[in-house]
Amino acid sequence: MKKTLRRMAERLVEAMLTLSGSVTSLAILLIIVFLFKEGTGLFNSPGVEKGYALCVNITNPVEQLTPYQIKQIFDSEIANWQEVGGADSEIMLFRFNEIFSMYSDEELGEDYALLPQKLGEVITQNPSVIAFLPERYLPQENTMVKILPSSTIRMADFFGGEEWLPTATPASLYGVLPLLSGTLWISIFAILIALPLGLGVAVYLSELADERVRKWLKPAIELLAGIPSVVYGFFGLVVLVPLIQQTLHLPVGETALAGSLILAVMALPTIITIAEDAMRNTPRAMREASLALGATQWQTIYKVVVPYASSGITAAVVLGVGRAVGETMAVLMVTGNAAVIPHSLFDSVRTIPAAIAAELGEAPAGGAHYQALFLLGCILFILTMLISASAEIINKRKYSNGI
Amino acid sequence: MKKTILAIAVLLGTFFGAQAQKIKGSDIMLPLSQKEAESFMKANPSQTVTVTGGGSGVGISSLLEGTTDIAQLSRKIKFDEKQKLQEGGKTAKEVIAAYDALAIVVHPSNKVKDLTREQLEGIFTGKITNWKEVGGDDLKIIPYSRETSSGTYEFFKESVLKNKNYVNGIMSMPATGAIIQSISQTKGAIGYVGLAYLNKDVKAVHVSYDKGTTFVEPSVANAKNETYPIVRPLYYYYEIKAEKKVKPFIDYVLSEEGQKIVTEIGFIEL
Repeated sequence: MKKTLRRMAERLVEAMLTLSGSVTSLAILLIIVFLFKEGTGLFNSPGVEKGYALCVNITNPVEQLTPYQIKQIFDSEIANWQEVGGADSEIMLFRFNEIFSMYSDEELGEDYALLPQKLGEVITQNPSVIAFLPERYLPQENTMVKILPSSTIRMADFFGGEEWLPTATPASLYGVLPLLSGTLWISIFAILIALPLGLGVAVYLSELADERVRKWLKPAIELLAGIPSVVYGFFGLVVLVPLIQQTLHLPVGETALAGSLILAVMALPTIITIAEDAMRNTPRAMREASLALGATQWQTIYKVVVPYASSGITAAVVLGVGRAVGETMAVLMVTGNAAVIPHSLFDSVRTIPAAIAAELGEAPAGGAHYQALFLLGCILFILTMLISASAEIINKRKYSNGI
Repeated sequence: MKKTILAIAVLLGTFFGAQAQKIKGSDIMLPLSQKEAESFMKANPSQTVTVTGGGSGVGISSLLEGTTDIAQLSRKIKFDEKQKLQEGGKTAKEVIAAYDALAIVVHPSNKVKDLTREQLEGIFTGKITNWKEVGGDDLKIIPYSRETSSGTYEFFKESVLKNKNYVNGIMSMPATGAIIQSISQTKGAIGYVGLAYLNKDVKAVHVSYDKGTTFVEPSVANAKNETYPIVRPLYYYYEIKAEKKVKPFIDYVLSEEGQKIVTEIGFIEL
């Protein structure tokens, strides 16, 4: 009786473990599917703001405008129709809201019934006008009005675009290059700074430091990992940024360098703890064998301990890189968030996580901006997946070399 | 037994009788609405008011869904938002609760005292890149902006840039405090903050909206007598059918006592 009860309990525990495992995997899968579904929706969104259209006079020969041209026109950088293939006349901008300063609400009739007609008049009277109007008030019947067809956002514009202006009206620009390069730029430098330092500390802790020092130092380093990232960011903004600016005589202190340094400090505890654990796991017999053969302590470290711990060290590096690529808050506070492709360590950069965090709050759900942010999430996901996969491959090769 | 029933009835009565109102929307107005709600509840213990943020856009869509009684907005309701409310059979009533002025700030060591709107537009759209072009030292201009999600970002774009886009790659900071911090430690910096945030770490420039004829100092007095140009109203919107429910609170905000709180928070009273 007791035996069957125990067996049943065991079965139950097994079933629960299986269930929790499958639920977790399913949840992760669903999140990924959701991420990609929302993200790829961007390429079905119109290039001009949803629910709006651009209209010109029928006499205007221009048939199509790219999002970039639209942005330049509405910023008055293109001021003549000639520059976009039209006649030689100055472009007159007309934004929808201007109609309300021309006519009062009463003149526009009940429920704005006369609005399309009035808008049509404006476009008819001004042959060089370009008007940005909501679709439901388009002057459809007016034959003097030409509605410019709106193309969907192209993949080449997203992946190859060099301008990230998601709130520009009428046409937003979603060029991912500045964000992607910014993310990689500061991550690479963060790891370049953190890796030698972290490995050095790990070797010292596991091989050279005496027990008393280790007892104090290790918990102190682990404590560093527990500091919230916003505290690092605050420290960076108030201390590091002015320091960089003054010592290097830069016009601005919010640079990629500040971001890299903060990220390096943040990745250090991860790298040190994992690498140190791996090194300490080297069997005593191997160490003693090496020393017995006449190797010095230093030779033992880099010929025996480090190779033995290489898989742990790779894991440390991967986790460090992962932390750097995905870190949001600290970077948001110290890098200045300017969406330009960086050319040096002293440029301000905007990273993918920072862009998502800063912009998702006000991006209307389901809109093009929202989808673009999800697509950024997809890119981040693929990036970290690639890093883990490459680490896995490196690990395998090391083992097959037979250490 | 009778006593318990009575007690429950009294409890239920006070619970449902108490007017629970919800305010939602702009984060900028959050401190104002919270303070107003606190002292309003102190004056009227039977009433409860809960205030939450989320952004101006969130406020209006909650009003549409009926999950809030009052929407607080740091900008005027947009045309398509009004349309959506109408489609949902609702009419929003607009009340201006206070005014907020934006000050243009630079590093304290900067020689430039006055800037026209056209110069500001040039600086923030990237046409003017050196301080010597506007009468300062030979120093690169570093414009700072708020993040795109902020209502201040939109208002500045509308009022100063005349709807043109900010220069590509402008430095954007997540909070007003961060802007003050950065400008106070960057020599060539320029940025915009709410009047209430001005302190001695940064210098506010005088602004002209009439091509340089008169330059006005950003101050509460100048904002109040309407000589300072970069001023925006802060709005409460509520559904006209729910007027009876929210009226006491709105009246309280507009009362002398309520307007005193407006000044305390650092906004400009009506």
